[in-house]
Parts: sequence; structure tokens; C-alpha cells
Amino acid sequence: MNRIQVTLDKLAAENRKALVSYIVAGDPDLASTVPLMHQLVKSGTDIIEIGVPFSDPSAEGPTIQRAHERALANKIGLGQILELIKEFRKQDSSTPVLLMGYANPIEWMGYARFCLTAKEAGVDGALTVDIPPEEAAPLNEVLEENGLFNVFLLAPTTTDDRISAIANMASGFLYYVSLKGVTGAASLDIASVEEKLSHIRARTQLPVCVGFGIKDAATAKSVVAIADGVVIGSAIVDTVFKSGSLEKALIAVDDLLTRIRAAIDE
Amino acid sequence: METTEKSSNYQAPDELGRFGPYGGRYVSETLIHALDELKEIYNRLKDDKDFFAELDYDLAHYVGRPSPLYFAEHLTQKIGGAQIFLKREDLNHTGAHKINNTIGQALLAKHTGKKRIIAETGAGQHGVASATIAARLGLECVVYMGEEDIRRQAMNVYRMKLLGATVVPVTSGSRTLKDAMNEALRDWVTNVDTTFYIIGTAAGPHPYPQLVRDFQAVIGREARAQCLEMTGRLPDALVACVGGGSNAIGLFHPFINDADVEMFGVEAGGHGIETGQHAAPLSSGKPGVLHGNKTYLMADDNGQIIETHSVSAGLDYPGVGPEHSWLKDMGRVSYVSVTDDEALNAFSQLTRVEGIIPALESSHAVAYATKLAAERGKDQVILVNLSGRGDKDIHTVAEIDGIQG
Repeated sequence: MNRIQVTLDKLAAENRKALVSYIVAGDPDLASTVPLMHQLVKSGTDIIEIGVPFSDPSAEGPTIQRAHERALANKIGLGQILELIKEFRKQDSSTPVLLMGYANPIEWMGYARFCLTAKEAGVDGALTVDIPPEEAAPLNEVLEENGLFNVFLLAPTTTDDRISAIANMASGFLYYVSLKGVTGAASLDIASVEEKLSHIRARTQLPVCVGFGIKDAATAKSVVAIADGVVIGSAIVDTVFKSGSLEKALIAVDDLLTRIRAAIDE
Repeated sequence: METTEKSSNYQAPDELGRFGPYGGRYVSETLIHALDELKEIYNRLKDDKDFFAELDYDLAHYVGRPSPLYFAEHLTQKIGGAQIFLKREDLNHTGAHKINNTIGQALLAKHTGKKRIIAETGAGQHGVASATIAARLGLECVVYMGEEDIRRQAMNVYRMKLLGATVVPVTSGSRTLKDAMNEALRDWVTNVDTTFYIIGTAAGPHPYPQLVRDFQAVIGREARAQCLEMTGRLPDALVACVGGGSNAIGLFHPFINDADVEMFGVEAGGHGIETGQHAAPLSSGKPGVLHGNKTYLMADDNGQIIETHSVSAGLDYPGVGPEHSWLKDMGRVSYVSVTDDEALNAFSQLTRVEGIIPALESSHAVAYATKLAAERGKDQVILVNLSGRGDKDIHTVAEIDGIQG
């Protein structure tokens, strides 16, 4: 069974909420990515989301944009990222890994080769920001053939009809974008998230994780009171960047995530 | 003025905005609702007589349409081949074809009730056109422009500011048009409830490539009628420069079903296709996804979009409108390229021989047209879209001449 499903089932059985943690592959350098992934797990992460850097990350705010630029300065490509995940899998065979990125690197590699290589590397799913459901069928088919999940975004602007259509196509969980904006934007409005979640819950049984704008333990805690999990991205990326060295980054990330984990487990 | 013309057999895009395998809507979920809304408003208004009456009035009395078709007699004599006609989009208000589209989209914005418009710009022509319309309609206008382009096109930046627009320098990526478009998309996703995004070229997510084409098709409709009137027949060939490709698709579209009319889209060859330093995705790229649509792109082995080079800021873009990708695959349009040097020579030649200073973008079309004319007989007619005037480029050309001379 897909590791994302195993993890979500286990969390549901234990009545716990999911902590999804995002870093950008190759940021700040190639050597840091695998140690950071292991640290994310040690610090309480349930699902690792690996950002695949792209030259034109139009949905990202400045923090993650700069991370993409730093990673690309190291000339990292999708092939290398899959190698990194293979390396991660040598020591961790159970934590789900979800790739999050943009269409073009996958288009360039070709859907068949991407899905096969990703599966062999130990990837569990993909979230492609700029492939909405209308364009997703061809990729979806190949992902499914390889047992990989396709995670979709829902937005504050998503209509009820679209929620149903997207839920029908999605696997694993739905990623609710808490606000109109880019990653790392200002704070989310918990009341409006709650209102939208009621529409989503009425239309699907899939777990819903909430991301964009969750910076600290307090916000994470208020979000898991209404959702099945939180996605932490810019806060981790920023923490890694400000640390200046891998050693310090591991400590700082541990500090951030341990607090968030504790808050959502309360 | 005639505003609608149904093609008899060429029907694109389809309901999902696809031109064959190209086009579509490759954007994040947050923007889908706004695109649906735009599509719905456009579908409603594109058959609305009042809407087009208003548009035609503005095109006639504010832009100065129809733009003349000019027989470039002296250039023709100099080349000694086919007759060269210039469609004078450079004479439009604000100096380029861009205003045709901006006026149309601003009218759509008015119908959505949104009071804030945003735009991306490369050479600054679309930014100026957007700022102009915003000034006239009393709308707030924010223009995103790459830092590198701001340096190259200082005069247009000043024009936009005079018109009351806010020009935001974009410092991410290669700091050119593509990055300006990323930043405009980020603004739009954040302010989607209050903001109308006026895309300047026939690219982006559906319905933009379609509606930009439809607003620019006035160029081809006029040119077709003018050519018939002046020469008694249709042109043998059309030539237009292609960056994103809005002036080219505007000229080409009304001729697509005229099988005897050849079409040439001229990409920016920069220092030469073989050097890799150019902006010619149709000549040397492959299909991928950027800025909301599937189309030919320039990217490295990992699918990362690469920096392009052209002496002309308006052509300095690694993608191209999806309809051009489809017309290339269909073989209906031939896509060729000319280098910076060839474009600069055409710039000087047209200026000296006809007293018309063309934009560096349009100079690419002129350069190819003169090559083509030299190979063709005197009975043939070549119609070139002179998409903009060169005032904005004087500084760039002077700098180059200074270095050379």
C-alpha cells in the first residue's frame, strides 16, 4: 500500500493529526537535503514534501522563491532529486515522500519516465501546482499505473462543484490553500478556513491538510482543531536559510517542529 | 467597422482553450475561478453588439484606427523584388499594436467591476498601453517590469509613471519579461477579488490567448480589406515578428483560411540560433508548460526555463502563444528567425529609405521581409506588420552605434 495511505490510516486510528513538512531539494546545497529529511522525521513529521525547484515558481512567495533560486544555482535537476530520495530510503522505508513542484520539469522528463523513476526511488505521490484537474488526466493515469498518489490543491475560490470533481480525482489527501495568495503570505483567517472546510467535508471523505500561512505552533494548533493536518513550508525553509550551516539548521528545524508537533498533539 | 468574422474551417481553441495539444489552463487552483469568470464574461460579450460598438468607437476615435496600409515604394525599389506593404500599427496611439488588446481587456474589466488592473511588460509598450487606459478609465494600475528591462527602456518607465501607474521592478530570476509575468501572477492570486490582469500577449491561461487574438485580429481584418482595395488581390505573404506573438496572430488569423497566403512568423535570432543566445522557441525549443499554457519553450535539460537574448526587449521571452505552436505543427505558418544585427540593419534601412523608424521588434519582421522580397518576383505582394514605432529604442540603438562606431 502507498506509504501516504498507511500513514494517514495510522494517524486516523490514533486520532492524531498529520504534520506535513516541506523543504526544497538542493537548498541550500545538495548535501543538506537527505540529513534534513531525516531530521524532519525525527522532529515529528508524518509526511515529507519535497519541493522540486523551478526557474519560474509563480505560486511561491519570496522565501520559497529564493530557495528555488539557491537550489538551481547548484544545478539540481529532477533526476538528481530522485537520486536523493533513493538515498533517503536507504535509512527510512516508511515515511511518505510527496514531490511538490511545477509542470515543466515533469513535461520535459516525460510522464512515463518520471513516474517510473519516482516510484523506483521511493516517492509516494506528486502535487503539481500548475496542473489543475482539467489538465491532469494524462499525468494522473501514469501516476496511478505506478501506484503513486496525485494530491490536489483546493483554494478559497474553489466552487462546491469543483470540490466534488477534484475529490474524485485526488488520492491520499486534499491540500487546502488557506488564503488567496502565495506561499508564506500573511496570516490565515481561521474562521474563513473553517467555513470552507465545512463545504469540503460535505463533499468528500478524504483527509484535508491545510497549508499556506502557517508559521508557528499556535496557528498550527488552531488549524488542526478543524483540519486533519497542517503543512509547514516557508517557516522551515526560512529557518534552514537563516541557520547558515547544516549543523545549526538541524537544531533549529528540530526546535521549530518539536514545538509544532507538541501543539498539534495537545 | 466589421468586427466579427467566422472562420469557415479553422476553429480553435476548443472549449478547454486548447489549440491542438497546446494552450489549456495550467495555473494554480486559486486562479481557476477568476479564469472561469473571465471566460464567461467574454463569451457573453463577444457576441454583444453594444460591446463591440463601444470597442470600435474607441479604436476609431482614441487609437486612430484603421491604421494605414503603406506601400513602401522606396524600400521595394531598393530591394528590387516583391512589393513591400507595411501595416502601420506604429501610428496607433501609444505607438504600437498593444493598445488594441488593452482597450478590449479594459472594457472587459469594466464589465467585471474591478477597479484595479495589473500588467506585465517587457519593452514597456504593453505597460504604457495599460497605464494609458487606466488613466482614461480612472483605474488603479500596477505594472510589473523586470529590472533589466527597466534599465533598457527608461523612457517607457517614465511614460508609465507620468500616466499615474506604479511600476514595480522585478528582481527575481532573469529580471525580464518572464519574471514580470510570474510576479503579475503572484499579485493576481493575492488580489484576485479586486484585480483584473491584462495580459499583453496571446499567451497565458485560457481564455487569454483567444481573447488577445480576437482583439488583435482587427489588424488582419483591416489589412485584408486594405490590400484588396489597393492591389485588387490578397497578399502573397504575411510577415510579422513573434515574441509572445500577439501582433503576428492578430495579422495572421483573418487570413488562415486563405490557403494561398503564405505566413512567416519571425523570431528573435539574437546572436544566432547556433550560439544558443536567442529568443526563438519555435525555431529551437520543444513543448512544455509555462505561464499557464502548454507551448514551445526554451529550457535546459532539466526543464528549467533558460535566459533568452534579443536586442529587442519585447521579443526577449522564452515561450510563445500556444496558437503559434499549433500553427507551426500544422505547417500553416513558417517560423523563421533573424539575428540582432539583421534587425538593426533593417531598422537603419527603413529609417533612411522610408523615413519610418520602426521598433526593434518590428525591425525583425522588416529584415525578414526584405530577404523574402529579394527572392520573389515584382508581381508579388508582401505585407509586413509594422507593429510599433522605434522612439523607445533610440537610446539602445545609439548605444550600439556608439560601441560600433
